[in-house]
Amino acid sequence: MAEITYREALRRALREEMQRDPTVVIWGEDVVAYAGGGAYGVTAGLAKEFPGRVRDTPIAEEAIVGVGIGAAMGGMRPVCEIMTVNFALVAWDQIVNHAAKQSHMFNGQIKVPMVIRTPNGHGRTAATHSQNFDAWFASIPSLKVVAPATPYDAKGLLKSAIRDDDPVVFLEHLQLYSTRGEVPDEEYLVPIGEADYKRRGAHLTIVTWGRMTIESLKAAQVLAQEGIEVEIVDLRTLRPLDYALALESVRKTHRVIVVEEGWRTGGLGAEIAATLQEIAFNELDAPIARVAGLEVPMPYAKNLERATLPFAEDVVAAARAMMHNEY
Amino acid sequence: MATNVTMPQMGFDMTEGTIAAWLKKEGDAVVRGEPIAEIETDKTTIQIEAFASGILSKIVAPVGQKVPVGEVIAIIAEPGEVAQAPAEPTVTSGAAQRSVEPASSAPPPSTTVKATGVVVGPSVGSGRVIATPVARRIAEEHGVDLRQVRGSGPEGRITKADVEAFIAAMGAKPAPSVVERPAQPVAVSPQPAPQVPPAIEPPAPVAPAPSVAVAQKHPLSRMRQTIANRMVASKQQVPHFYITVEVEMDAALALREQINAALAAEGVKVSVNDMVVRAVALALRRFPNMNASFSPDGIELHSQVNVGVAVSVPDGLVTVTVRDADTKSLRQISAEIAAMAARAREGKMQPTDYGGQTFTVSNLGMYQVDSFIAIVNQPDAGILAVATAVPKPVVRDGQVVIRNMMNMTLSGDHRVTDGAEGAQFINEVKRLLENPWGLVL
Repeated sequence: MAEITYREALRRALREEMQRDPTVVIWGEDVVAYAGGGAYGVTAGLAKEFPGRVRDTPIAEEAIVGVGIGAAMGGMRPVCEIMTVNFALVAWDQIVNHAAKQSHMFNGQIKVPMVIRTPNGHGRTAATHSQNFDAWFASIPSLKVVAPATPYDAKGLLKSAIRDDDPVVFLEHLQLYSTRGEVPDEEYLVPIGEADYKRRGAHLTIVTWGRMTIESLKAAQVLAQEGIEVEIVDLRTLRPLDYALALESVRKTHRVIVVEEGWRTGGLGAEIAATLQEIAFNELDAPIARVAGLEVPMPYAKNLERATLPFAEDVVAAARAMMHNEY
Repeated sequence: MATNVTMPQMGFDMTEGTIAAWLKKEGDAVVRGEPIAEIETDKTTIQIEAFASGILSKIVAPVGQKVPVGEVIAIIAEPGEVAQAPAEPTVTSGAAQRSVEPASSAPPPSTTVKATGVVVGPSVGSGRVIATPVARRIAEEHGVDLRQVRGSGPEGRITKADVEAFIAAMGAKPAPSVVERPAQPVAVSPQPAPQVPPAIEPPAPVAPAPSVAVAQKHPLSRMRQTIANRMVASKQQVPHFYITVEVEMDAALALREQINAALAAEGVKVSVNDMVVRAVALALRRFPNMNASFSPDGIELHSQVNVGVAVSVPDGLVTVTVRDADTKSLRQISAEIAAMAARAREGKMQPTDYGGQTFTVSNLGMYQVDSFIAIVNQPDAGILAVATAVPKPVVRDGQVVIRNMMNMTLSGDHRVTDGAEGAQFINEVKRLLENPWGLVL
């Protein structure tokens, strides 16, 4: 099994689905022209392989998503790339009021089988370009939202997203594009709506997704040296949320930390913590703790950016505190 | 505005109550202070009063329902107002904020620590137990009383590990031993093994010891459960020591007869036990360390002398408390005990009738017992077990004479006091009873 980057895994998913289904097209800013394909190189080479099916668009996110919705309603399967999640704000009306609602408002007679790919999270790009909107997307009924942490999940989930008949917001992460992981050569799918254990352990459950899965795995290694065995539940899909594994894990460990990169207030971590205490109250041996980003506009200075974001050491500190009964 | 009627806390041990009866129906007008319901606690049945005047608009907890202290049992609305859901108190973080304030009636008077002036109640059951949900679940599954478990978490929160350690320490039952069968003999012959009987007969299975068939099983009443929990806790936690003395009761019995004859018209009927309670109260004043409680931080000397008296009631016993017994006359003590005992037997105790005692007297004199020893009623430092006064030959001035002799046994908490102090204390009680004018003058 080859080790490839997260970026390459996404590209393979796009290629395989374009080969498989002629209605799959890619539209976005610089997906053809810039640096061989996409601001972060995901679509590199695809324009040559699939002439006419990969198109650069004007700098107009509302139009990119709007055209995508229309094409999807008309029978195509567009993959629209928003250069960073921050620019999705411009297309918010199209995503929330149109993409997400068409099927319901027309009694399922209309489907919007589109994918909106966008890198979420921080990336040395300061306040207006370093944000996490996963909680916002995940709160919208009828959207599906995925946030893979590994190359394997990125490929399998993107293929599932393209085949899904509902609009899927596909949250990549700037800091993950160059990470590597094993990806099978043969075809596979990762189903939307299924969480995954990324590590097994008996003492403490970490529920997380995206980049924080990777940070939590690093934290787990440190904690293991101290005799603290954490279990990591990678949600992978943020809407619909799959609580089955988290619940199973809580029944074993009785202690939970929810880890997210974004802002704490109103974060997805708050939602997950609230739901877990509703469905697993009698299993809990400590309050559910949250590790999250600081609630400030992201500084550009590297040291300040680092101080703002959660990393493995924050997960380690929270896990130690919980195991030492400080929560 | 609607007023929530909540389950009041009638004493330190009370964590929940059962609605025994509603004295008002939904829609009835109620006046503040008017009894509206009867609450059954593990000790007694109490009437609770309306917290406000208005209309009893909603009964939240039906008869028979157990309700934790502080939770809403009914809503009183102003006339014309319709109350539906309980008007929730403002809480910031859910269950942790549950109010444990007694709602209408004053809490039982608590005793105070002399040394520091800090107000403390009895150390056991001082309200809500803080425990994690899973700790509560495991405790319930194993019948563990969480009040006995020491919490290791923040603010003494009891965790799963604490309960499991408690269960391990309590149970420590040896695992059932596995009966090993002897290995079957192995045939060594290379020939086809003939069907020979094995050389060793496997032992016949051991018949289990015959057990007595259970004729009847009474579910544990709340009182039984409370007594069981408290007595087990005391016997496990308190290192008891015992001292017995014999008291000549002739003078006390004679004085009692005189008092009762002289004051019969006033309804005075002093019992031997009343005199013992009075003697104990006076002795406690002279032995403050016997009027104390053990705590891991230090011995708490109580500023009040509150003598508990064990009262037998159907299906168990309760302890009623004579507060400030050292400052009350024999007549007052007698009247109070009689009234509280009567209420206890009727199951109508008032919140101030029990709890907060600093020492306890248990008297089985009416049952013709020679002597007995009692279990310390935590958090007291001691309990006095009083037996029957009987005529006995004793030696006085070199002569054998007949005197009414009564045995008393002190059970002391050895963490608080020792044998020498216990001996001096019980002899002071004996001296007061043998020279009984000190009890009345």
